[in-house]
Amino acid sequence: MWSTRMAAAAAATLAIGLAAAACGGDSGDKASGAGQGGFPVPKVAMQKSLGQGEGQVNLVAWAGYAEDGSNDPKVDWVTPFEKQTGCKVNTKVAGTSDEMVTLMKTGEYDAVSASGDASLRLIASGTVAPVNTGLVPNYADIFAGLKMKPWNSVNNVAYGIPHGRGANLLMWRTDKVKTVPDSWGAVFDANSPYKGKITAYDSPIYIADAALYLKTAKPELGIKDPYALDQKQFDAAVELLKTQHGLVGEYWSDYTKEVQAFKSGDSVLGTTWQVIANLAKGEKAPVEVALPKEGSTGWSDTWMVGAKAKHPNCAYKWMDWIVSPKANAQVAEWFGEAPANAKACRETADKTHCDTFHATDENYFSKVHFWTTPIAQCLDGRKDVKCVDYSKWTQAWTTIKG
Amino acid sequence: MTGSALTGGKDGRPAPGIRRRAAALLHRRPRLRLSLLLSAPLAWLVVVYLGALAAIFLTAFWTTDVFTGEVVRQFTLANFQTLLDEPVYRTVALRSLGVAAAVTLIDTAIGFPMALYMAKVARPRHRPYLVIAILAPLWAAYLVKAYAWRVMLSQGGLLDQVLGPFGLSSPGYGLTATVIVLAYLWLPYMILPLYAGLERLPDSLLDASGDLGARPLRTLRSVVLPLVFPSLVAGSIFTFSLSLGDYITVKIVGGRSQLLGNVVYDNIGAANNLPFAAAVATIPVVVMLGYLAAARRTGALREL
Repeated sequence: MWSTRMAAAAAATLAIGLAAAACGGDSGDKASGAGQGGFPVPKVAMQKSLGQGEGQVNLVAWAGYAEDGSNDPKVDWVTPFEKQTGCKVNTKVAGTSDEMVTLMKTGEYDAVSASGDASLRLIASGTVAPVNTGLVPNYADIFAGLKMKPWNSVNNVAYGIPHGRGANLLMWRTDKVKTVPDSWGAVFDANSPYKGKITAYDSPIYIADAALYLKTAKPELGIKDPYALDQKQFDAAVELLKTQHGLVGEYWSDYTKEVQAFKSGDSVLGTTWQVIANLAKGEKAPVEVALPKEGSTGWSDTWMVGAKAKHPNCAYKWMDWIVSPKANAQVAEWFGEAPANAKACRETADKTHCDTFHATDENYFSKVHFWTTPIAQCLDGRKDVKCVDYSKWTQAWTTIKG
Repeated sequence: MTGSALTGGKDGRPAPGIRRRAAALLHRRPRLRLSLLLSAPLAWLVVVYLGALAAIFLTAFWTTDVFTGEVVRQFTLANFQTLLDEPVYRTVALRSLGVAAAVTLIDTAIGFPMALYMAKVARPRHRPYLVIAILAPLWAAYLVKAYAWRVMLSQGGLLDQVLGPFGLSSPGYGLTATVIVLAYLWLPYMILPLYAGLERLPDSLLDASGDLGARPLRTLRSVVLPLVFPSLVAGSIFTFSLSLGDYITVKIVGGRSQLLGNVVYDNIGAANNLPFAAAVATIPVVVMLGYLAAARRTGALREL
């Protein structure tokens, strides 16, 4: 009796599962042209002109990118936008790049603040539309170093409005680390005196940091772009990270954790963001940061508009607003990053902000390799080999951590 | 409201409307009545709960288009093949089992005396307060507790200061820290079933055992333990399964180590590889099914 009932339940469940599978099975027909990485780009129409606002706009954003005063009454650049445009802002905060991709695919959101490791996926899946930069007046003032980059454009078509950027830096405790490190070699040295006190960023994208170091440390591997690794280069990077695993005390992924670890001395050396260094210094931790001689990885965020946006006019108005000098300065200061708008540097409350975050220093950012989704088509332009794609990076990250 | 039952006939009695007829039908057919009553909870169980589980399991046989993130609905055993071929997944699975077992043992060792005291030694009117004291930590947020432990375990933290005089130091972040924090987090889930089981144990049995000349330890081994064993297993199901699926504590105090939960999280959170994550997630499900099958024989499931 019990077993027959179980069997019936199982059968019913299976039937439901299969039905669900059958319903959601369409992947859509993709009209395509070759992208710069050789990946097909779905044809999505670009908005021609700007109309009346639709009364509201739905955003997917990083925490701190669309503050409306609810976290801190003094931090609010959403309310002035709402007053000025009549577009009410509904923000969904995403925790990870992938959550952003998933949320955007629902088609319920009009715009997203995607980082470089998500933007290409959004473009390739036809989730976001090309952006008509002519409809965004403030686009003119954005640093040239951020426009038409491999993570926010395809085939010379812009897919978003740059928002800000930052580098992944090397941080150390000045009282514990005696010699000032100037190379990423400090975190990869198998004989490091700081064994067990080294920290690394907990994400598959960190493999690029190892590749960047190997680019100069082992030139015979021929690494040109840390996000375009063929199997041999990839294996070398993974091998290096497996060695590093023995040195690492812990991997960090949220910044509170790293601030605390450097404050207590559980970590004395490792990757960081400028904002983390500022917070740690604010809590009296004796830390210093540097951009090592090999350069570094980094991130650059872009506001993109959804292909199925129900409120595209408000989305365009938002994109223009968030990179306007005043709003862009507010976000950059609150979040701790270099603003995208050149005129934003005059608007920051802390006049040294742009210097601290190297906003105008193109020479500095020329050494920064911004996060990009690794794909099978090599991003460095090689046609004779296949590169290792991001899902393999993720699986390798599991084996690195052991 | 359907009107038919309310619009009376000429003699004032309500006409046999649909409601009356339905009521009569339900009265005559108790099985129909029962199935109608149960249909909502059953639909929930089948559609929402088992349906979701089945969908997860089905997903494990698919793959993901790694770039666009679309799930490719094509049957393949590749995910399970990877799980078997890559030694790292075996290592992680065994490590997770070890952590879950250690947490369960520690919680049993700490929880049993506490539950015994609450149920048999403490005055009856104090018992509700003790139960509240056990439940109190559950009212604080998980993350707050985990981060508090992170601060306590850090260099020069509370643990270092307390252990310092004895020549010991904090274990630092790692597997030991993970086991400690998980054991702390899940302890109430072990104590409560044990307390419930011990409270039902008649005092007369203990008295009888004593009268027959058994010392306390003998009574514990021959009378108490066999009778509360199902409760013990019930508690261990909580501590074991909760530890097996956890990934947040490991992320906060686990240092560089990872458990099954982290592998699942990394594959969904970073790579959007739902099918592979589903394949990994079947490991704890299979382990728990085996555990539950064994537990069912002890009668522990009735103690949940």
